[in-house]
Amino acid sequence: MDSETFNLPQYEIPEDLRHAVAVTTLDRLYNWGRRSSVWPLMFGLACCAIEMIAAQTARYDMARFGMEVMRPTPRQADLLIVSGTVTKKMLPPIVRLYNQMPEPKYVVAMGACASGGGPFKEGYNVVAGIDKFLPVDVYIPGCPPTPQALIAGLIKLQEKIDRQIIKEASWYKRKVKDPNYVPVPILGPDLIDPRRAADIKAAAAQEE
Amino acid sequence: MTTPAPASTATVDLATRFPGVVQLDARPDYTGFIVEKDSLLEVAAAIRDEFGFDLLSSVTGVDYAPDKMEVVYHAYRTSGGPGLAFKVQVPRIDPVEVPSLIHLWPGVDLQEREVWDLLGIKFSGHPDLRRILMWEGFEGHPLRKDWKEGFYEEDVKPFKSRWPQGKFAMAEDLNPFGDNLTFPKNFEPEKWIPEGEALLYGALARYTVENEDGISSDRIVINMGPHHPSTHGVFRAVMTLEGETIKGLKPVLGYLHRNHEKIGERNTFLQNMPYTDRLDYFNSMTNNFGYALAVEKLMKIPVAERADYIRVIVSELSRIQNHFVFIGTLLNDLGAMYTPSLYAYEERELVLDIFEAISGSRMMCNYYRFGGVVRDIPDDVMQKIKDLVYERIPPKTDELDRMLSENEVLLARMRGIRMINAEDAVAYSITGPVLRAAGVPYDVRRADPYGIYDRFDFDVAVRYNGDLMDNYLIRIDEIRQSLRILDQAIRQIPQGPINSQKPAYQVRVPAGEAYGRIESPKGELGFYVLSNGKPNPWRYHVRAPSFVNVTALEKISVGTKIADFVVLLAMFDMVMGECDR
Ligand code: SF4
Repeated sequence: MDSETFNLPQYEIPEDLRHAVAVTTLDRLYNWGRRSSVWPLMFGLACCAIEMIAAQTARYDMARFGMEVMRPTPRQADLLIVSGTVTKKMLPPIVRLYNQMPEPKYVVAMGACASGGGPFKEGYNVVAGIDKFLPVDVYIPGCPPTPQALIAGLIKLQEKIDRQIIKEASWYKRKVKDPNYVPVPILGPDLIDPRRAADIKAAAAQEE
Repeated sequence: MTTPAPASTATVDLATRFPGVVQLDARPDYTGFIVEKDSLLEVAAAIRDEFGFDLLSSVTGVDYAPDKMEVVYHAYRTSGGPGLAFKVQVPRIDPVEVPSLIHLWPGVDLQEREVWDLLGIKFSGHPDLRRILMWEGFEGHPLRKDWKEGFYEEDVKPFKSRWPQGKFAMAEDLNPFGDNLTFPKNFEPEKWIPEGEALLYGALARYTVENEDGISSDRIVINMGPHHPSTHGVFRAVMTLEGETIKGLKPVLGYLHRNHEKIGERNTFLQNMPYTDRLDYFNSMTNNFGYALAVEKLMKIPVAERADYIRVIVSELSRIQNHFVFIGTLLNDLGAMYTPSLYAYEERELVLDIFEAISGSRMMCNYYRFGGVVRDIPDDVMQKIKDLVYERIPPKTDELDRMLSENEVLLARMRGIRMINAEDAVAYSITGPVLRAAGVPYDVRRADPYGIYDRFDFDVAVRYNGDLMDNYLIRIDEIRQSLRILDQAIRQIPQGPINSQKPAYQVRVPAGEAYGRIESPKGELGFYVLSNGKPNPWRYHVRAPSFVNVTALEKISVGTKIADFVVLLAMFDMVMGECDR
């Protein structure tokens, strides 16, 4: 971003200083820094992951948006791209990875599977959308989304980051510790979501 | 025009060799033999040693509800020729039990575990019969016909709720738990004690060991995956280490188990085509091929001449891009972070451009139809293919070869590190480049030609050291052979119709069974399709090369260093979509 676009439109900067000085808000500066260096977790699930890799290669080059630094460890990552079918067996590790990521963190549901189950929704081992467990910021349709679509989705995420306000950001609130913590699901006779244990018990009692 | 080969059973007379215990499978349009359960081991040993069917390609089960279950074996000769199917039938009363063949063919290990997991058929004598795709503690055996999942609506598609009226309901609203869940009656989540992985760790080599000096020491247990950058998806290996040497290893699969077969048995025959794309998602073009072959065999329909050529062209293009990507990711795993992959993906993109132009999608092509293909290759795309095959790929292959094959670091890391020898590779049912790099010239395209592969002049790439270097070099050899096939196919392709059938949403498939297999870039990809004359397959099984090859991982890795494990794993060129299905 150059000083021209950095500058808030209300402030007139004298002609001769225009290339050297910009008046802006802390939020804008802070968000500009964050949006330009989103580090995704190097984490592929299924077919969509292959298009995610393709998006990083020379032809599409995600690096143009500051997102090429895929981190293999969740401790260094800001963004979880859920790139593929989420199975019940894989869900506990995914939730654990998410919980290990430091705030601020974002989740992108890439493809039909991650967004809502996709072609395999009816499968007995398939979770119909990661949003049943994790808060999703951007959904990207497609099966698989093309690399362009992925990049478009990530630009949407950048727009979302641009609009966040430090004062209101949940991760700076002292009162709530770990606002986005998600309890890790348990593998029972079927997948048990601890948050819904009471529902499950009630519905199981109803069964004939 | 090629017509499907009528019966692909080898002419062996098993029934007279074993009178009374082996019968010819006399059901119409079934092939092979039915073996008495108690004589299975004896008959199987004869099949392997007397009749020479040394490669047990596939093991699967069929649930003939309500009265019996069947285990189906497909065996082949590595010297080539058609295969032999033999079956065991058992009454469908729990516990359903069949003797395990693991002592004859260690390669059945994971496949038998899969049959146990999904169909609940026990294999007596199997040393480690745990669930494999689902987790321990899961309720029921999902592929049984009377097992119903959370989002169950009807037995077969199209669902009455959707067709022909076109109403729809969210599956979540129909389930009492509001999600894709089933729990036994009166289940109490808070009282559930997770099964954990005690069985898995129990199956590993002993934890505390005593060494020669009488000092007892603990082994380190390492979990690699399911989230690990070099496991190519959600593969997990649990190993015990002594120093840096691997002492025990168990693969853990199922993290991408998407219930392909259960969904496939509910779909109509044609609806399965796009699902096969998502098996080995690098090679949708070859996946389609295998499935189309199996169903064409059942339907007994010919394939249009031009379509036959198109199939070969797209399959070989697919093999080329697969091997390019293989080399790229292999180098990634060796630590050459990213640069070689960038080169590889450049070529892959060019091939994908062609796929996109002819099928409409880069990766999920859904391009084959029973009797042909869905769209023709237009002239301008054909020109692009020619440019690629004659101008672009050959020099790029040479470039890759020149840059990498003599590279000092690569040689140091790969030369002389043994993967597997020929004998073990066959016993473990390994197929594809890994088998050929061990010195067994077995390629389905040559051993049991399908489509029009018998018309082309090409060499089966084979290398004899079986070390990592050979496993890498054979990929380059195969790219060169694929280019040879492509050259001939491009020259010979005739004009004409691209499908011998009229386009239809619903195909009529007569009752019977068929096993269609092809040489996919990863190995032998087989589809076992069983029809009972209805619009949906009764049984639909995928014999995935990645899944069967990984059986040998334990054998290969034990005794090697952990740093080499990553490379050994990379050599299988696994794709989890296909491995876990
Ligand atoms: S959305 Fe499609 S391409 Fe992506 S993981 Fe699901 S099936 Fe594969």
